[in-house]
Amino acid sequence: MGKNDIDSRTKRSLLRTMVRIREFEDSVGEMHLRGLTAGSMLHLSVGEEAIAAGIGLAMQEGDVFTTHHRGHGIFIARGGEMNRMMAEIFGKSDGYCRGKGGSMHIADVHYGHLGANAIVGGNIAIAMGGGFTQNYRKTSNVSVAFFGDGALNQGVLYESMNMAALWDLPVMFAVVNNQYGMGTRIDRASASQEFVKRGESFGLRSLQVDGMDVEAVYQGANRLFEHSRSGKGPTFFICDAYRFYGHGRKDPSPYREKNEEKKWWDRDPIPAYKDTLISADLISDADYQEDLDAAKAEVADAVEFAKNSQVPEENDLYTYVYVDPIDASGTIG
Amino acid sequence: MSVMMYREALRLALYEEMKRDDRVFLAGEDVGSYGGAYAVSRGLIQEFGSERLVGTPISEAAIIGMGIGAAMTGLRPVVELMYIDFVGLAMDQIANQAAKFRYMSGGQLKIPMVMRMQGGTGRSAGAQHSQSLEAWLVHIPGLRVVMPASARDARGLLKTAIRSDDPVVFIEHKGLYAKKEEVPEEEELVPFGKARIARSGSDVTLITYSRMVYTALEAAEEASAGGIDVEVIDLRTLNPLDYHTIEKSVRKTGTVVVAYEAHRNVGMGSEISARIGEELMDVLKHPVVRIGGKDVPIPATVLEKYSIPQKQDLLEGIEQAAGR
Repeated sequence: MGKNDIDSRTKRSLLRTMVRIREFEDSVGEMHLRGLTAGSMLHLSVGEEAIAAGIGLAMQEGDVFTTHHRGHGIFIARGGEMNRMMAEIFGKSDGYCRGKGGSMHIADVHYGHLGANAIVGGNIAIAMGGGFTQNYRKTSNVSVAFFGDGALNQGVLYESMNMAALWDLPVMFAVVNNQYGMGTRIDRASASQEFVKRGESFGLRSLQVDGMDVEAVYQGANRLFEHSRSGKGPTFFICDAYRFYGHGRKDPSPYREKNEEKKWWDRDPIPAYKDTLISADLISDADYQEDLDAAKAEVADAVEFAKNSQVPEENDLYTYVYVDPIDASGTIG
Repeated sequence: MSVMMYREALRLALYEEMKRDDRVFLAGEDVGSYGGAYAVSRGLIQEFGSERLVGTPISEAAIIGMGIGAAMTGLRPVVELMYIDFVGLAMDQIANQAAKFRYMSGGQLKIPMVMRMQGGTGRSAGAQHSQSLEAWLVHIPGLRVVMPASARDARGLLKTAIRSDDPVVFIEHKGLYAKKEEVPEEEELVPFGKARIARSGSDVTLITYSRMVYTALEAAEEASAGGIDVEVIDLRTLNPLDYHTIEKSVRKTGTVVVAYEAHRNVGMGSEISARIGEELMDVLKHPVVRIGGKDVPIPATVLEKYSIPQKQDLLEGIEQAAGR
C-alpha cells in the first residue's frame, strides 16, 4: 500500500462518520421544525459531511480546533457525543454548555473543541492562538480554524494567516466553501475566486479540493497536517461543497437556482461513496446497513436524552460569567 | 520600600510573573527590542528572549484573538494594545470572544489573559491617541477592568491580573509612566474589588480613579485650606467595583463628587452617580456632583487641557457639593 493510500478500515470510518453526521443533522432539523430546539437559529451542515469527516479523521489526539456557526458535523467527526450535543441544541442542562451556548456555541475542552462561533470569522484568530501554544510548547499537534466562504473577506482572517505564517505556527485555515454566505453567492462577495493564491501570497501551503469527495479531503488534510506537524508552518485548505438546506433550516433559499441545487444534490457525497466502497468490495450492503442502523439508534437515543434532560433554572443565569465571581457589591450596586 | 516610576513598577510585575511562571508571555506591537511604546517592557527581551517577548504585526484583532486561543490552551498571555484608542479594531475579539466564552461554554473554557492598554490625555496626542474608553469595556459582563493610579498599585494589580483566570483589561495612563512612588521590596498582590482611600476626610466623598486621583488630591488639599475635609477614593478596579467602600464613605459624608477624565456623557461616573442616587438617597445632603471630560473629540493642541477636568473644576465641584 502506497503512502497516500487509505486502508479499508479508514474508508469505512469515513463513510460511517458522514452517515452519522447526516442522521444527526436531519434529526436536528426535524426537531427544530417541531419546535423542540432552543432559540430561533439552526444552521445545518448537510451536504458538507465529506469535509467534516475528511479533516476530522485526519486530526489527532491533542489537536485543537474552532468552528463557525455551522459546526455540528465537524464536532461529530472529532468525537462529539450526540447526547450532549442534542441536549445543548435543545437548550437543556445536560448539554455541553449547560444550555447557555445552544447550537452555535458548542464547545468541549476534552476533545480540543475551543468553541463554535456565531461571529463570521470570529473563531479564526482563536484557533491561531491554539497553534501559538502548540508552537510555544514544541508539540507536534495542530490547530484548525474551520470557517465558511463567508469569512473569506473578513480582515481578521488575513491578520491571522499572516501571523501564523510569520511564526510558522501549526495552523490549518480550513474553508468549508458551501458557495453561499447566507444568501450571497460567492461570486457576488469575492472579487477574485482564486483562493489558493490568497493563501500562497501569505506563504501558506495551500490546496483546493472537491469537498464532495471525502477521500480527496482526507488525503489533502493529511498532506497539509504533515507539513505543519513537521514544523513547516500553516496551511490553507479550501474544500468546495454545497449547503443542501438553506442558511437556516427554515430558509427555502429563494436566491438559489433550482437547477444549481439539483446539480449539487446529485453529487451528494454519501450515496456516491457508499456505492464506491461496495462496488470495490471494501464493504458489503450489510455493513452499510449496520452502520446506518447504529447511527439512527444513536440519534434516537440522543433525542430521548435531550427530551428528558432538565431545563436550566433561573438561578443558573449567573453561573460561569467569571471563574472568580468577586462580590464587591455591598448593600448597594 | 524602593522608589520607582510607574513604568518600572509595571516592568517589575511582568518580570516577577514571567520568572515565576513560564506560561506567562507578553505579545504586542513593538514590545520586544523596542521595549514598548512607553518603555514598559524595555530590557525584558534580554531576560526572556523573543519567544516570550513577542513582537507582533500591527494586527489588533489577531493579537487579542491569538491571546484568547493561547489562554484557552493553557498559557497565560499578556497582550498589549499600544493605545486604548485602537480597541475598536479588536472589539469583536474582546467583547464577543474573550468576555463570553466561559459563559457560552457552560464553564468549560477559561481565558486567563491580560489585555494591557494605555489611555488618557497629557501628551497632546490628538483625538485618536488620547481617549479614556473604559466605559466601553466596563459595560461588558465577563471582563475585569483595572485602572491603577499609583506605581505601587500598578505592580500589585498587574500581578493579580496575570494570576487571574478571567480576562482582564488593564488600562494604564500615559501621563503616569514617569511618576515616581514608593513600591515595597517584597512581593505584593493588590486584590480586585478593593478601592483605596487615597485621603481620609469627613465632609465630602470624592470618587475617582487613574490619573484623576492626583488632581483630586490637589483639589482636596486646597479645599481643606477653606475648611472642607475631602475623602478621596481611588477605585483601582472598575469591574469589580468596590461599592462597600463607596457606601461607607457616603454614609459618613452624605456628599459626593465623582470625577473622571472620560467623556462625561454615559461615563463611569454616570453609573456610580446613578447607583448612589438610587440606593443612598436617604443619606445624601446634596445631589451627586458629576465632573467628566467635555463631550468633544480630544484636540491635539493647547485646547487639550480644556477638554478634561482640571483642579479648579474639582474644587468648584467640591464647594458646590458642600453647599458653599
